[in-house]
Formats: sequence, structure tokens, C-alpha cells
Amino acid sequence: MSFKHPLDECFVRLKDVHFAYGERSILQGIDLSVRRGQVVAIMGGSGSGKTTLLRLIGGQLRASQGEVRVAGSELSRLGRNDMYALRRRMGMLFQFGALFTDMSVFDNVAFPLREHTDLPPEVIRDLVLMKLDAVGLRGAGKLMPSELSGGMARRVALARAVALDPMLIMYDEPFAGLDPISLGVVGQLIRRLNDALGASSILVTHDVHESLAIVDYVYFVSDGRIAAEGTPDEIRASRDPFVHQFVHAEIDGPVPFHYPAEPIGQALLGSSG
Amino acid sequence: MEHAISFVRRLGASLVDSVWRLGFAARFMMLLLIYSGQSFRRVHLTIREIYFSGVLSLLIIVVSGLFVGMVLGLQGYETLQRFGSGDALGVLVALSLTRELGPVVAGLLFASRAGSAVTAEIGLMKVTEQLKAMDMMAVSPIARVVAPRFWGGVISMPFLAAIFSTMGVLGGWLIGVVFIGVDAGAFWSQMQAAVDFRYDILNGVIKSVVFGIAVSLIAVFEGYDCTPTAEGVSRAITRTVVSSALAILALDFVLTSFMFRG
Ligand SMILES: Nc1ncnc2c1ncn2[C@@H]1O[C@H](COP(=O)(O)OP(=O)(O)O)[C@@H](O)[C@H]1O
Ligand SMILES: [Mg+2]
Repeated sequence: MSFKHPLDECFVRLKDVHFAYGERSILQGIDLSVRRGQVVAIMGGSGSGKTTLLRLIGGQLRASQGEVRVAGSELSRLGRNDMYALRRRMGMLFQFGALFTDMSVFDNVAFPLREHTDLPPEVIRDLVLMKLDAVGLRGAGKLMPSELSGGMARRVALARAVALDPMLIMYDEPFAGLDPISLGVVGQLIRRLNDALGASSILVTHDVHESLAIVDYVYFVSDGRIAAEGTPDEIRASRDPFVHQFVHAEIDGPVPFHYPAEPIGQALLGSSG
Repeated sequence: MEHAISFVRRLGASLVDSVWRLGFAARFMMLLLIYSGQSFRRVHLTIREIYFSGVLSLLIIVVSGLFVGMVLGLQGYETLQRFGSGDALGVLVALSLTRELGPVVAGLLFASRAGSAVTAEIGLMKVTEQLKAMDMMAVSPIARVVAPRFWGGVISMPFLAAIFSTMGVLGGWLIGVVFIGVDAGAFWSQMQAAVDFRYDILNGVIKSVVFGIAVSLIAVFEGYDCTPTAEGVSRAITRTVVSSALAILALDFVLTSFMFRG
């Protein structure tokens, strides 16, 4: 495949994307683009549809309206084989790592290489060791996933996600549940891997400060739409109440703390009557 | 009136649900067959599953077969004795096992030992997003995870049933010949004369193949289709065991009525 066409400057482009799980509408008109070489963050409260957005870009879900383009291909037009061909150029880090629990760390990282290439075992071994070295876990190849700490598992999953040198890497909450040191390590890794591979990265996260330090552009998702966007500097300087609430971690603001419900007085009275 | 409407509505919803699930099952089966070619090309995956579902079920199959055969020996002799035909014990034991008990009991044991394990394994892979991750890596979970487990089960089952029957005959011999004192020559020669290869053994093997397909299909489907939560997996495991048992007994009736009508 060749991706030289000027339109492909935007490696990922979403136009007016709508999505619903059954009756429940999650996304209502998302516009977003990621250029080659960029690391882009998608932020928003829990349940705002960030994971859903990644799965739309990965083609595991189909938009009910609007278009999702990756590497110049409109995903809804791709058949199963073309979709799989495209996914070989994508790496995804799942929220909880999703390592294969019946394989060692080494075999986990080797998995995509063994599935998609005919490389001889020695070459695969070298490649896996290089990837593990890049995440600082070259010595951990023999361990099983159950023997890893959360931060280590995340890094192994990262090594596996980049095993085939993808052009697009997606991270679903890579910082969740990490201690401050691992958090910085993973953050720097994401930036370094992106630049070393010349790839594009999409980073879904709650962690404003860590991500503002490493990304090129930020989108805020709320109520199924892009509520705000900008470069890290613009975001820091923003007067937008939504952005302000997020960046300064205020509880009250445009992002509600409560899931939509009837007023509590009514609910309590209702249950006794 | 309102009750009637809500009843009809719920009936409709559950009907739609069942049709969806049926469609999903049909699509699943089609993909399973399409991807089976791929998993045959990488035989080591299937061999691994034969080891997990077949070899690890061996112990329970061997022990149960022996006990069932010993019980047949005791009960059979006690009954045959009344008609003065204790020598026919070998025939009784061998026919009961090859035609019915071998495939059926081995199938039931296989469903609860290996089928439930397969459902649990696939279900847990779903809960921990391993299947989604695999799919994102452009590797079909049906080809890589489901198909080898399905074929591993289908291949193991006839061997397990055959081993069960063999152990059962040994158990019957142990009780009948060694303990009760039935004539060993009569025991074996009557058995050889009465058991027909085509009619009895082959039909038994066909039954075990059919049960193997049914149990394996139920096990992989329930795992793949489960609600991805701890509770969902546990319910899927229960469903595997219960549906497999019902499927085996129902299929056994149907097959028997076709095979042994004469
Ligand atoms: N498979 C699903 N079926 C139905 N609803 C879902 C499913 N997955 C997620 N949801 C709902 O969609 C909303 C968005 O989910 P998600 O994209 O996971 O949010 P986020 O990653 O931003 O926390 C949530 O409210 C969630 O309850
Ligand atoms: Mg999420």
C-alpha cells in the first residue's frame, strides 16, 4: 500500500460521526483529524464514549452516520480482508492490556509477528527483544502475564502493539492506575515510539497534565460531541468553562458528576409510596 | 388489558431475542467452518486442544468406565442368572456399552469436564478483551481460538467413548469372570459372536462423533457468546453443561430410533 496522496496528510479523519448502542445514542456528530506524526489526545469524562471512538477508528464498530477515514480508506467500504490488511498497520493498547494470559511475555510480543510474517525464529527473537528493550523489559520475556505488575503489563502490551511497526497507534487510558513514576515512563514512551516509527498516535486519557506534556493536539469529548479542541498551549490558556473544569479538576461545572436521574427527593419519596 | 399488552410485548421481545441469537449462532457456525481450513494448516493448535480436552479427560473416563462396567457386571449377572443364562453376561455388557453407555456417558462426562473448561476459557478471554485485542491485531479469534478448540473436542470424543467402552468391558469381566466365576471362554466367545462390527460398534462410533460435534459446538458458542462479566461466564458454563446433556440425550434417542429399529 502507498499512502502518498495529499489527502492522506490527515491519517485519521472523522466527519460528523454518529454512533448508538441500540437505542442509546453515544456520539452525535464528531469531527476530528489526526495528521501523520502527531500525537493527539482525546479527553472526556468516563462514559463519554472515548473507547467507543477508538473502536470506531479501529473498525470494530461501524458509525451509523458520517464517515471514518483511516489511511485514506473509508472504513464502511472496506470488506473483511481489507479491514484486516489495514489493521496490520494499526496497534491498539487496550484499557487493561488484554495480554494473552496463556502465553509468556515473549510469546505475547511475538504473536503478531508469528501470525503475519514468515520470518525465521531467530529474526522474530531479535525483533521481540528489541521491542521489549524499547519498553525496558528485555529481561522479562519468560514471565507470564499473571506475574507482572500493572505498569509492566501495560508496557508489554505496548511492545506488542508496536511489534509490526504500525502507522497508527491507539492507546486506551494508558495512564490509568499507574504510580507517578510509571506514569511518566509510559508517557515518554508513547512520544518516543511515535517519533521513532514516524507514526500517528491517539491517546484516550483522563490525565490532563501528563498528556498535555507529550501531545500535539487535544480534543475534549462531551455529550457525544467535540466540546473543545486545541494545542496544549491553547488548552492551558483556555477560558472555556468546560476546559477549565477539566484542566483544574473541579467537581462542579459543565461536566456533571451525576448520571442523569430524577431529583433525589422525588426518587426517595417514590420508593416509599 | 395493560397486563395483556405488556405480556404480548415481552413475548415479542423474547421472540426477537431468540431469532437474533439464532442468526448469530448460524453466522458463528458459518465462520467456524470457513476458518477451520486455516486452523488445520496450523495443526499444532488443534493438537494442543486435543491434549487439553482429550488427554486431560482420560482419567475420569477410565475410572468411570471401569465402575460402570462393574455395575453392569453385577446387575447383569443377577438378572441373567434368573433365566439361567449367566454365560451371556459378556454380550450384555459389551452391547450396552458400545451401543449406548459408551457414547452417552462419555459424552456427558466430556461435556462437564472439557466442554465447561472450553466455555470458561473462551469466556474469560472475552471478559479480559483478549478476543477484541486479537481481532484488532488482524487475527480472527474464530480461526485462532474457537476452531482449534472445536476440532480438538470433535476428534477427542470418539476415542474417549471407545476407551470408556473398553474399560467398561474390562470392569464387567473383572466382576463377572474374576469375582463371580462366569466361565471366561463363554464370556468372551459369546461376546465375539454377538457383537457385530457394523451394526453395533460402527453405530456407536457414529453416535460418539455426533455427540462430540454437539458438545464442542455448544461449548465454543456459549463461551464466545457469553455476557462479558464474571456472572456471564458462570452462566455460560452452566448452560454448556445443561444444554450438552439435553442435546446428548435427545440426539441419542433420535439416532437410536434410526439405527436399532430392527
Ligand atoms: N457494548 C456496549 N453495549 C451497550 N452500551 C455500551 C457498550 N459499551 C459501552 N457502552 C456505553 O457507552 C457509553 C460510552 O462507553 P465508552 O466508550 O466505553 O466510554 P469511555 O471509554 O469514555 O469511558 C457508556 O455509557 C457505556 O455504558
Ligand atoms: Mg473507556
